[in-house]
Amino acid sequence: MTELLVSTKKGLFVFEGEPGSSFELVARAFEGEPVEYALRDRRSGRLLAATTSPFYGPKIFSTDDPAGEWEQAGGVALPEGGEQALNRIWVIAPGEADGALYAGGDPGTLFQSTDGGASWELNAGLWEHPTRAHWQPGGGGLCVHSIVPWPGDAERLSVAVSAAGVWHTDDGGSSWERGNDGLTPRYLPDEVLEQLDLPEPPPEAYPALCVHHMERAPAQPERMFIQFHGGVYRSDDAGQSWTEIGAGLPSDFGFPLMVDPADPDSAYVIPLVADMDRVTPDGRVRLYETRDAGESWSPRGDGLPQEQAYLTVLRQAFQRHGEGPTMELYFGSTTGQLFGSGDAGATWSDVAATLPPVYSVSAS
Amino acid sequence: MPLLSLHGPLRQLAGGNAQLELDALTVGELLRELERAHPQTGGWILDERGLIRRHINVFVNGERGSEQTPVELTDRVEVLPAITGG
Repeated sequence: MTELLVSTKKGLFVFEGEPGSSFELVARAFEGEPVEYALRDRRSGRLLAATTSPFYGPKIFSTDDPAGEWEQAGGVALPEGGEQALNRIWVIAPGEADGALYAGGDPGTLFQSTDGGASWELNAGLWEHPTRAHWQPGGGGLCVHSIVPWPGDAERLSVAVSAAGVWHTDDGGSSWERGNDGLTPRYLPDEVLEQLDLPEPPPEAYPALCVHHMERAPAQPERMFIQFHGGVYRSDDAGQSWTEIGAGLPSDFGFPLMVDPADPDSAYVIPLVADMDRVTPDGRVRLYETRDAGESWSPRGDGLPQEQAYLTVLRQAFQRHGEGPTMELYFGSTTGQLFGSGDAGATWSDVAATLPPVYSVSAS
Repeated sequence: MPLLSLHGPLRQLAGGNAQLELDALTVGELLRELERAHPQTGGWILDERGLIRRHINVFVNGERGSEQTPVELTDRVEVLPAITGG
């Protein structure tokens, strides 16, 4: 039985079912409120949800029972008396240490918890980074949206920030270094990019690097993938440098990206037409899969709408469960459709068709 | 003391109180007093900067107020979510 946590503009929806058969809605929480992200921490069994009430601001809650009481977590705020306020929590991700969780948000914030999400602390290393004044927000804000731990090493962690690029730490978050070599923002003039060729570019030289989503291959942690704002990239050196691998896709613009934990050469993307037309190309809903690290891409759309289907899939609205040939994949659209596959994307079926706009999906 | 009226989830966060008397000279001080008396309300009305959240309206005796609006001993202060959404 798979549990799907579907975060939407109008609350959290909890489904249970098996891929290929019907899913049952078993709970709804935070009715009417935007829920940005939710996940069940498999280590503790607790559910965590990040909400952004238009009235009362961003919060993180946790519970054992999504239909029961949710407890508000402490510490999800910027330092009091400063010039900025927390705008939104975009993602929550388990860390490698017992009880460790991370939460990424806007403006360029990373929170960490050591008690399973009951309390949180702002990561000072990233918040106080000396280059921060030069970071530029993307259209969705200055958001930490991708948090990728290094399997088995709690000190190593990578995050991606729209639009401040990729950052790595190998000391548990005390210090952070960029990892952006090879990323090419086509939306900026060449003169801006030429500054990056300097031996040591000054912080103000860094352009807006609009990473949309980043994943690591668990079986080969040095292997990482990025869906960029125009461009799909692979890294084989733990995110220090990146090689463009988008050739063969109908469009290399999009938001979500997923990998198969059993295969470090795998990646899935859901292309959208372009940055000014963020819908599925040609009115067809198709994922594209690579099994050779981006050398080639194959469409996967059996069972997905193939006519007059102009969907937008947000960066957190694509998730996996399991691995290998029976890996389950799920994604939701901003028009309320939710699709699932139980065979690593080969065939698809509807999970739900008339939800509010889907912000994120997680599966366990 | 000024009388603070709360609505929606703020009541539950304030220990189930729909109304509280709190000692303060301004709306901002009043809301900080509320946070001290009921820490669970922290961050719900005022953000980290000490500003009233964008979609929260505060009325003093029926007139829209701000953090700096003075409050008198007999004033009624009401905290309401704004008309917004979609």
